[in-house]
Amino acid sequence: MTAQVVEPVVVDAPTETREISGLRATTAQLIRRPLFLIAAAWVAFVLISAFRPGWFTGYDPYATDPAAAMLPPGADHLFGTDIYGRDLWSRVLHGSALTIRATLIALGIAGVAGLGLGIVSGFFAGITDSILMRFVDVLLAIPGLLLALSIVTALGYGTLPVAVAVGVGIVPGFARTTRAEVLRVKTLPYVEAARAGGASWARVLLRHILPNAWGPVAVLAVLDAGVAIIAIASLSFLGFGAAPPAAEWGTLIADGRNYLITSWWLSLLPGVFVALLVLSLNHLSKTFQELSR
Amino acid sequence: MTLVSITGLDVGYLRRRQVHPAVTGLDLNVAPGEVVAIVGESGSGKTTTANALIGLLPAGGRITAGSAIIDGVETAGAGERTLRRLRGSVVGLIPQDPMVGLNPTQRVGHQVAEAVTLRGVAKPAAYAEAITFLEQAGVPDPELRARQYPHELSGGLRQRALIAIALAGRPKLIIADEPTSALDVTVQKRILDHLGGLVRDRGIALLIITHDLAVAADRADRVVVMRHGRKVEEGDPRAILRDPAQAYTRTLIAAAPRLAHGGRVVPRFDVRDQPQPAPILTLTGVGKTFGTFRALDDVSVTVPRGRTHALVGESGCGKTTTLRIALGLESATSGSVVLDGTETADLSWRAFRPLRRKAQLVHQDPFATLDPKFTVGQSITEPLQSFRVGTRRSRQARARELLDQVALPVSYLDRLPSELSGGQRQRVAIARALALEPDLIMLDEPVSALDVLVQEQILGLLADLQRDLGLSYLFVSHDLAVVASLAHTVSVMNGGRVVEDGPVATVFTNPASEYTRELIDAIPGRRADAL
Amino acid sequence: MTRYVVGRVLQAAVVLWAAYTLTFAILYLLPSDPMQLQLAAAGVQEDSLTPEQLAGMKAAFGLDRSVGAQYWHHLTGVLHGDFGISLTTRQPVTDLIGARIGPTLQLSAAAAVTALLFGSVLAYLATFVRLGPLRVLLTRLPAVGASFPQFFIALFLIQFFSFQLGWFPATGTEGIAALVMPVLTIAVLASSVLAQVLIKSFDETLRQPYIVTARAKGLSRSAVHLKHALRNAALPAMTLLGVIIGTAVTSSIVTETVFTREGVGRLAQEAVLSQDVPVVLAVVTLAATVFVLVNLIVDLLYPLLDPRITAGEGTLL
Repeated sequence: MTAQVVEPVVVDAPTETREISGLRATTAQLIRRPLFLIAAAWVAFVLISAFRPGWFTGYDPYATDPAAAMLPPGADHLFGTDIYGRDLWSRVLHGSALTIRATLIALGIAGVAGLGLGIVSGFFAGITDSILMRFVDVLLAIPGLLLALSIVTALGYGTLPVAVAVGVGIVPGFARTTRAEVLRVKTLPYVEAARAGGASWARVLLRHILPNAWGPVAVLAVLDAGVAIIAIASLSFLGFGAAPPAAEWGTLIADGRNYLITSWWLSLLPGVFVALLVLSLNHLSKTFQELSR
Repeated sequence: MTLVSITGLDVGYLRRRQVHPAVTGLDLNVAPGEVVAIVGESGSGKTTTANALIGLLPAGGRITAGSAIIDGVETAGAGERTLRRLRGSVVGLIPQDPMVGLNPTQRVGHQVAEAVTLRGVAKPAAYAEAITFLEQAGVPDPELRARQYPHELSGGLRQRALIAIALAGRPKLIIADEPTSALDVTVQKRILDHLGGLVRDRGIALLIITHDLAVAADRADRVVVMRHGRKVEEGDPRAILRDPAQAYTRTLIAAAPRLAHGGRVVPRFDVRDQPQPAPILTLTGVGKTFGTFRALDDVSVTVPRGRTHALVGESGCGKTTTLRIALGLESATSGSVVLDGTETADLSWRAFRPLRRKAQLVHQDPFATLDPKFTVGQSITEPLQSFRVGTRRSRQARARELLDQVALPVSYLDRLPSELSGGQRQRVAIARALALEPDLIMLDEPVSALDVLVQEQILGLLADLQRDLGLSYLFVSHDLAVVASLAHTVSVMNGGRVVEDGPVATVFTNPASEYTRELIDAIPGRRADAL
Repeated sequence: MTRYVVGRVLQAAVVLWAAYTLTFAILYLLPSDPMQLQLAAAGVQEDSLTPEQLAGMKAAFGLDRSVGAQYWHHLTGVLHGDFGISLTTRQPVTDLIGARIGPTLQLSAAAAVTALLFGSVLAYLATFVRLGPLRVLLTRLPAVGASFPQFFIALFLIQFFSFQLGWFPATGTEGIAALVMPVLTIAVLASSVLAQVLIKSFDETLRQPYIVTARAKGLSRSAVHLKHALRNAALPAMTLLGVIIGTAVTSSIVTETVFTREGVGRLAQEAVLSQDVPVVLAVVTLAATVFVLVNLIVDLLYPLLDPRITAGEGTLL
């Protein structure tokens, strides 16, 4: 029907490179990073010890032994003993149970509320977005630790109130990141292509936006796990955590500070334990971020 | 006496403790005052060569063998101190993208003057000199522009400011790395003309790095064709156009529409004496305002069934907005849109939904058009799933059929977009658009992000599909050469209005408006005339 | 311009009011009754008091009125600088804070300045140094600094500088020597946060094409870093100033507790321990005010520092 003026040019397909990607490649990349492996192993160890402390220590964390009081770190007692002769290593591991659980609760709260706020805000945009983001601004205007302190004042002491307080403190950051990601993905051509292909908003949200917005939020979650651990430890250090003789990490460090001159290990070793965990989480988060780029 | 003398140059990038070669065994000479163009597709090593010349290889890049002597100084293996003495005063650089090439927080005049002071000129005198350079680079009202910040200047003016910076060091050689590809064609032409005049007047050698053989042929004394890091062919542009020695150069010439037809833009289709089929899409008097900005003003466009209608114009002319309104992704402020007999201008998304089976979209950017988490198969079958067409099994069969239509192997069904090249992704996007067996496909600059040869293949595929399936296309492009090789009819747009429309054969050979003439004139490849 | 300034100031005032209201709501609306909390903290059984005594106490603290009335009363008080009466010491909260704000201001200001200095220098060096291992070390340092709980850093400093070396006193409020370790404690965290953001911003800036333009002119690396990269990298980090000062202020709680400094931070810790609601509310409001004010100042200064942003473009509430 139309007049073909020119023959179409036929060319060999240029060699198009195939990148190796996907899960296997990612795993391969991770294994080549020794620091990542060490960090992952440490996080895994602490996580397991939080739920099964007995696997890694034979001592009862509450059993006193006046004969073995204030022993420095050694083969018998990895972290030494406190003034009642309790094994510090065992106390740190049993402290994991409390602190890690509190951290998971805090992250749970931050995840549900923050993700919820962020998705709703980014997805519906307009007036809903304005209102929710102003609310987040207000939350951000109260420095995290002080917001947590108000909540602890109102709820009382203990692991759970501390977890709730810390969780609420992380919500705004979560909400902001989630919203930014949802907004970013929402305007990408493949979302438009799906819409043009007749996909409903619900489908677009579930199948395209969330899976692709998830990455940076997960990275933030890992990073915030570290932040939450420090915040929980700080609150229990200040004396708002679980009641004795149970001891969270912060309490252990606080208890040891009266013996800094004679028995430095009582404070410093649990502190290093916590710092290594937070550092590992930071490193994991950073590695994930680099890989997703 | 040569200014640049490169022999046996190897440049590689260090990645994971391995050197990946980017340039291999390159020999190249540039005489003082000579204009040389290096032409190649992405990955040909042309930009790496330019970076190596000015000693600014990106992190990990290094010269692994050979020598590059510039103005008597060996740069291979030279330290930062040696290279710095060359930069600016011997070799000037005009970077690729003018929009990001200037420091956003410094006044333009200051940035030019800085290059002057590096020659040892005192500050007040340097500023006065900077204004002269801006004027020479063709910046109107240079005193005012010198006081402004880059964001207050248009892309063309920014490019001229960058030229002024390159001139300010009084170099013997200027490297222009794809100097105008980020600009509109008409601006591009004016700036390249101006730059050519400047270097000739001053006896400065110019090294143009470009992907476009036509640009190179128009402006260079000598053309160097590169591929996969090696030199393919070198010589006088006329000689190369007339009698290319290598098959690769021949395919490049064939892919550049104006070069292929001896300097004329010859449309693929001529529908001047044929009756126009009934329209599948008609836009009548469409207007669109964003706030106080009038993006579209009384735009009327008709797409005849089974043919390709192109919307062509420079950035900001309203062509993409027109396409989005036609597809119901944006609503018109006024006017009517009739798709296959149904008025759609006022339809809600829900009401429009059934019509989506008739009109589909292929997007510009191949890297963002596919969901990175979806396999090729999932992407292609998604529209079918959205409309609940068929069973899982029949959808899979359809996906295989579609892959076949776009000439991709069936084994690609399980691949992720990250495993595909740009051209392959665009094929997948086309397959997805075909899934619902639409009558009309809207193509938004479908090949502008691809290399010339891949462009050619995709355009060929689109033409084949149209012939086999009787498709209609609404095709948006800034590139008149591409329009000539795909479209039957065209609307030329400028400032939100249709300036001219009609069969491509009429509009391109006998343009009625001054603007269209200017656009056509700006298509590179004039030199081929002289053959 | 005036419109922009007025708009920003109003917005800051609204955010501050909302933050106050939210804190009030948390403290007064949550299930616990401030009176009961108070009695429990004092070790008094509610049953041991006669209803008259109980009502008298409630009236004394204004707790007999409805929450709405209390809120209104408290809010109008705050606007006149009156934060009510402490439940434990029975002193006006404003006086309590007034007596202890000096050391905290000293500490926070010194810490914020130190952190800005440390953080910027570290980021500048980390992005300028070309020696591979040193660069990696400098780039990783902030992450390490941010991983240690502040009280741990404080204890470490005490152990090392007070007990081992005897350079600085382990506790106390008086004198410059007593300020050194608390300032360091806070600066480690705050400068780490700043350096992390600045390094990232520097890296991004140095990848920009205009850096290539600058180098192609023949500028030295140090000139490019100082004249072209610094300003463009520091601008986005400006918004972090609020966070840095906020960190310095909140860190005073832990720091003052460890070093037994008589400041507002320690007052806050004691108030939470004794559940002294008016004091907690006052401290939170104060900290929020500082934070909102700093952000307001940054917002107002930003258009003056970044030519791309004109004041008119600022969005209002």
